[in-house]
Amino acid sequence: MLDLRKYSCLGEALRAALDRWPDEICLIEADRERENLRLTYRQFKEAALPLARALQDAGLRSGSRAAIIMTNQSKWLISAYAIFFCGGVLVPLDYKLTPAEQLKLLAHSKAEFLVVEYHFWRAIAKDETFAQFAAKVILVTEAPAGADLAGAKRWEEFQDPSEPVFVPRSRQDMACIVYSSGTGGRPKGCVLTHENYLEQCKALTALYPFSPGVRYLSILPTNHAIDFMVGFIGPFTCGATVVHLRTLRPEYIREAFTRYKITYMSLVPMVLKNLERGLRQRFAELPKSRRKVLDSLIGVNRALTRRRAKPKLSRALLGQVHNAFGGELRAFFVGGAFTEPGTLQFFYDLGILVGNGYGCTEAGTAITLNDFKPFRPDTVGKPLPGMEVRIANPNPEGIGEVAVRSKTVMSHYLDDPEMTAETIVDGWLMTGDLGRMDSSSHLQLLGRKKNMIVTEEGKNIYPEDVEAAFEGLRVKEFCVFAANYLWPVRTMVGEQLIIVLHPEAGKSVDGDMVANIAERNRRLLNYKRISGYLVWNRDFPLTASLKIKRGVLAEEIRQAVGRETVVPL
Amino acid sequence: MTTLEKTTDEVLQLASAHFNIPREGLSPDDDFFKKLGINSLQALDLLTRIEQHFHIELPDYELQGVSDFRTLAERIQSRL
Repeated sequence: MLDLRKYSCLGEALRAALDRWPDEICLIEADRERENLRLTYRQFKEAALPLARALQDAGLRSGSRAAIIMTNQSKWLISAYAIFFCGGVLVPLDYKLTPAEQLKLLAHSKAEFLVVEYHFWRAIAKDETFAQFAAKVILVTEAPAGADLAGAKRWEEFQDPSEPVFVPRSRQDMACIVYSSGTGGRPKGCVLTHENYLEQCKALTALYPFSPGVRYLSILPTNHAIDFMVGFIGPFTCGATVVHLRTLRPEYIREAFTRYKITYMSLVPMVLKNLERGLRQRFAELPKSRRKVLDSLIGVNRALTRRRAKPKLSRALLGQVHNAFGGELRAFFVGGAFTEPGTLQFFYDLGILVGNGYGCTEAGTAITLNDFKPFRPDTVGKPLPGMEVRIANPNPEGIGEVAVRSKTVMSHYLDDPEMTAETIVDGWLMTGDLGRMDSSSHLQLLGRKKNMIVTEEGKNIYPEDVEAAFEGLRVKEFCVFAANYLWPVRTMVGEQLIIVLHPEAGKSVDGDMVANIAERNRRLLNYKRISGYLVWNRDFPLTASLKIKRGVLAEEIRQAVGRETVVPL
Repeated sequence: MTTLEKTTDEVLQLASAHFNIPREGLSPDDDFFKKLGINSLQALDLLTRIEQHFHIELPDYELQGVSDFRTLAERIQSRL
């Protein structure tokens, strides 16, 4: 891999990588059973430079902000490299947000440039808030011939063959603005520097090395901090290959393993569980005698790998299972706090390593990761190299808030010094997650201090963001909470949102009201929905500016009633 | 029955058969995540079944932001 200490910015490191491995394959774009594109590092460079030059001609300068709204595909990475080449700041936005949410974040980030897939652009241009959108240049990919582009240009035609000028940035300069969540009241735009990324890349690839010939299957959105690092910067700075799959359908994911002989893949707990279900079903369908043999082999593997993982041995013992994953799989990566230990153990017993870890965008992706020495499914692993982790204000059991200090921790929240000061205290990132470190430095997560949830699809949801959907409800006041914030439990799986309703005087929550809530709930994206309501007949505590004091209200509710008072919707 | 109504009806039939839920318990405006008790991956499974039935290809993004059978049927209709 490249010696990342030598480089001052992502553009410089990526540029060096493109020259270092010109004939290696850097990118494969597959869609179902079709392969759309296969590029070497040289071809990638040849595709990106004319775009970079055209962006420069259009005014993209050092520090200009450029957003991308795209699914995982080659044009995402080509555009990102072109932006970095010009010294621009990348704003990767979640393509799964609604157009109104995307417009809100575009405005918040002050992006002057936008690269967007046609079907998303069509929806954005139809949004009622679109008229306020002011970007200098909008590039739309894959637009059909004759389509109305609402003032945008075609990405495919936006090229200038003259040589672009490489614009270096310093390590402390802003590389990306990544929204960790918060499309409602207060967008959380994490400002990550070039140093944050270069240091994180160094730490991750030290533990899980990439090299030419290694293939990473990318199905998590590239706008997500994990895929951006493990599915772009990591493999590219090591000469490895990224395989983009433009569908999340389980049958094509399974096929991609064998077709591309995948080495690594990051996934969300839901996909991992789906793979587990599929395997269990296949095992259950085996004839009795073969099932018996398989169970014995699993038992032998379990016994031999108790102290540490032995991938070669496991592959030899359980070849058929491994061949179903292409035979070259080294590890899956998954957010360990949100995955059941039983699922992690199931794969480990088969010799399939699931690198369960823990991280957040604010920390520059991963904080801890399992190194399988030994495997600890009850924890999220040990801190990555260069990562200081401490438990702030521990109780007698050693449980307290997880705090992190590292060169990978974000610089600040964009245009929000107040939230930055609350989150980064004396150089330590306060994660809001509760945990405990054991004597072998493995971190165990045990709940949340923050009013938020993370879904099994890996989405951070802040209850405040969901409240807008219930504006105008005929109640005196209402508030949305994470149930586990109201009533702490020692788990981070199966989290849910609930709405607390304070009816108007003399009124109750009747059938019409519940139907109205259910109807509004339905209009939310499925992972943002509330699962129940709680009737609260006391005034909410308010600040001088009439905002709800959420922490105080939560404490009042916690003292007065239990979780069983929530009525399911 | 209009073409859209027919498509919606066929989608309901497919969902009923695929997830083993009585057809009469499903209606066009139902939230399929809730009614069928499925997650987004299982919804993609249903999309595959729908593609086979209608002989069309529906990219994953067609399901984005869609949670009721009627809107899903509209997306299918526009590709028939």
